[in-house]
This record gives sequence, C-alpha cells and structure tokens, in this order.
Amino acid sequence: MTVPLAVILGFILVSTVVGLVGRGRGEMNLERWTVGGRRFGVVLVWLLMAGEIYTTFTFLGASGWAYSRGAPAFYILAYGTIGYIISFFLLPPLWRMAKRLGLHTQPDFFLARYGSPTLAALVALVGVVSIVPYLQLQLAGLGMIVEIASGGAIASSAAIVLAFVLTCAFVYTSGIKGIAWVAIVKDVTMIVAVAVIGIGLPTMYFGGVGKMLAELMRQHPSHLAFPGGTTTMGTGWVVSTILLTGMGFYCWPHMFASAFSAKDDRTIRRNAVIMPLYQIPILLVFFVGFTALLVLPGLKQPDTALLALVTRSYPGWFAGFVGGAGAVTAMVPASMLLLVASTLVAKNLYRPLRRGAVDDGHLMRASRGFMLLIAVVALVLALWSPNELVKLLIFGYDGIAQFFPGIVLGVTVRRVAARPVILGLVAGEAVVISLIWSGHDPFLGMNAGFVGLAVNGTVTLAAMAGTETSGKLRIEN
Amino acid sequence: MRARLPALLAFVPALALVAGLPFVNRVEPVVFGLPFLLFWILAWVLATPLFLGLAYWLAEGDRR
Repeated sequence: MTVPLAVILGFILVSTVVGLVGRGRGEMNLERWTVGGRRFGVVLVWLLMAGEIYTTFTFLGASGWAYSRGAPAFYILAYGTIGYIISFFLLPPLWRMAKRLGLHTQPDFFLARYGSPTLAALVALVGVVSIVPYLQLQLAGLGMIVEIASGGAIASSAAIVLAFVLTCAFVYTSGIKGIAWVAIVKDVTMIVAVAVIGIGLPTMYFGGVGKMLAELMRQHPSHLAFPGGTTTMGTGWVVSTILLTGMGFYCWPHMFASAFSAKDDRTIRRNAVIMPLYQIPILLVFFVGFTALLVLPGLKQPDTALLALVTRSYPGWFAGFVGGAGAVTAMVPASMLLLVASTLVAKNLYRPLRRGAVDDGHLMRASRGFMLLIAVVALVLALWSPNELVKLLIFGYDGIAQFFPGIVLGVTVRRVAARPVILGLVAGEAVVISLIWSGHDPFLGMNAGFVGLAVNGTVTLAAMAGTETSGKLRIEN
Repeated sequence: MRARLPALLAFVPALALVAGLPFVNRVEPVVFGLPFLLFWILAWVLATPLFLGLAYWLAEGDRR
C-alpha cells in the first residue's frame, strides 16, 4: 500500500464511522431519517446545504472549466448567490407549510398544494430520473479522484465500489443526521485542501495569484472575458445559465427537502444570509485551473487538470489528503441524493400504487429497500456506462428547474389549479428534451433549459388566465 | 413601502450579477490583480451577505 492510498482510505473510513455514529440514540423513523425530526439549527443546516453544494463537480468540473473554457466558468461563482437570494424569500414560507402539513419530500409539497396525485407523481418521476445520473456522476468523479491521487495504486472501479458501499451503510443506518456529521469532515478537509492549493500552486509556479493572472492575461488575452476559450458561451449564454441554475438551485429535490430539516424559518433565513461567503473556495479552484493551463497546457481531459497539477507539485501524503477530501466530497452529496431519491420512490410512487395500507413502519422499510435498489442502479451505470450520461446530467439541471413556476405559485398564490402547472411543466420539459437531443443547446445563444423555463412560465400563466376566465364565465352564467 | 424595502435591497446584488454582466465583460482595468469581470462578480458575491443581512434585520424589526 502506498502513502497516498493509505491517506485516502483513512479518510473514507473515518467518514463512514462518523456517519454511523452520527445517528444518535433512539428508534429510527421516517421523520428522523429524512428530515432529522425538523430540529436542525443554523450550524447543521449550513453544513447540510453546503455539503450538497460542494460536489465532485466543484473540485473537478470548476477547475476543468477554468482550464478549458475560462470566463464562462465564472457562472459557477454567481448562480449559487442568485439561488440564496431566491431562497431568502422562498424557503421560509415553504418551511412553514412543510411543518404545518408534515411534508417530507418535494412531491409531498405539490400534492398538498395542488391536490393532484398526477402532478405529484410527475414531479417524483422527473426528480428521480434527474437524480440518478447526478449520483452516477459523483461516483465516476470519486473513482477518477482516488485513482489519480493515489498514483494509480487503486483502480477507479474498486474505489467506487468501496466508497459507495460504505456510503450506503451510513445512509441506511443514520439517515440525514449521519450525512450532516460527515459533511463536517468533508467541509473542513475540502476548505483546507482548496485553500492550500488555490494559493499555494500559483505562488509555487509564479510567485503569487496576481502574478499568475497577469501571466495568463499575457499568454491568453481572451481567456478571462466571455466567451473565453469557447465559441458558444457568450454573455447571453452566461446570463441565461445563471438565471436558470439560480432558479433551479432549490428545485433539486434534495436541496428543497434539506430546508425541511431546519428547526424554524429564521434559521433558514440566517443561513441564506451567510451562504454566499461559501462561494469563495470556488474562486480558489479557478486559480488552480488557471495555473494548470499555464503549467500543463494541452491536457486531453480538462477535468483532470487539478489532480494532475497536485500530484506533480506536492509530496504523496498531501496528494492523498486532496484525494481523500475529494472522495468525501463525492460521498456526502451522493448520500443525500440517495436518501432523497429513495424517499421519493417509496413515498410518492410506491405508496400511491399500493392504495393505502402502507403504515409508517412499512414506508421506512420500503425507503431503505429502494435506497439499496437505487444504489445498485447508480453503481452499475457508473461502472459500465461512463461519460455517455453527461448529456443526461445537463438535462437533469434543465429538467429540475422546470419545477420553479409550480413552487413559486404554490408558495405565493392562495388558490391555483393543478392543470396550468402540469401543462407548463410538460411544455418546459418537452422543449428542453427536444432542444438538447437535436443538438440545439445553446439555442439562439441562450441556455436551452432557460428557453424551456420561459416557455414553461408562459404556458403556465396563459393556462391560469384561461382557467380563471372560464371560472368567472361559469359563475356569471 | 417599508415592507417592500427588504425585497428591493436583496435584489440589488441579483441585478448586478445578471443584468450587470453585459456591461462588465472586459479584462481591464485590473483590480487587486483580478481581471475586471472576475472582480465584479466576486465583489457582488461578497456584498450579498451585507444586503441580505440588512434585509433580514429590517424584516425582523417589522415583526417585533
């Protein structure tokens, strides 16, 4: 066993133990498993939400984008902030509704608000279909991180299986509270790792971040303004993508449900105030990507830029530390995705099909069962169909964001029918799928998901106007 | 009017990070070593907690 591998395995094992111990005492039920009994204060909610935001995409994707695309990567810095601003207004009323009605999942909200099992099932279906490729991508990213950081001492597939089996173990046992505790390990190591390499690498090669950026602007004058190293990602693409992903941020079923774990609505608001500060590590990851572009130009896979530069520049134990932090960065979001997807399937697809006769204990057992099933599906996809599903992931974000009109209306408008929201959702998804599959993303310089969302909003509002008019006519007759 | 103030405050950084971008898509001038576009985005991300904090404080004041 090599030094980096030992360090990485140590991280994975410690995280698992923390996740198992984080369960706490007492009997596990669905309320505790999925929303932590709604007792989380500012610190745990922050850790949980931050834990879901920093995924392997932040580590590998953000540095890879900075390396190959340049300025368009800046959207990653901006969209989270838009998401937090929206959440400041949207999540507190949502939390109050969830508390009053005992909601656990996103489709629960749609069912309670619109009274339409069709809409709830549709939302559950889109949610699960979007989560599975996202989960798969975390696993593939984990494999890549561990394999490169350990200097090839362990194969990607072996690392994926090992880390994911342990992740399943603590999700199965501890539910959301275990995840929040592992998120502490993850956030501390991730921030230390990113701070050291984000400042250290530019200093090591160029004598400072400012000097590195000056050199980058000299060698690649167009890299740091839109469209950077691309031809299609101009200002229109960046603006529409920030809007789409900012609005879609809390539409993800796991982000949506994480708000339910808070102990009151002030906790959520305070959390929204401080969260933007958590974007700073992304800036440091950009610096690593830029440094890699200058030091290691011409990499075939830009996503490996960060790891390639780290293993080249630091001793083995530190590469192992970065690899360990990267592995845990995949495990935490993967665990939350797994938890939420299984609850969606059990509560919003399985129970309605059984037509009653499913008590809470049964539902808890079903959730755990579906968790193992979804885990196996994601594992099989991650091991045998890599890369092909990147398109599905793009569809994931674009597809999830189509919930936005239904969520906003459900929170703000007193009475609204299900039909306009269903029509808008279906129209939005249809536009997104046809644009992406026909190769028209970006469309007219804009993100295809944003085009879908515009159509979705228009259809929803038009259908609402139509419904209201016919309602009035009926009353007049 | 007072109830609307928090909402207006909170949307200032959102406006700067979305509608502002077409006007700042350039590298010069370099501020604190950062190209102007990156500086603009970073500055507004860091200013957001101030705006949201003020909005929170005003909203809480109304509650009491």
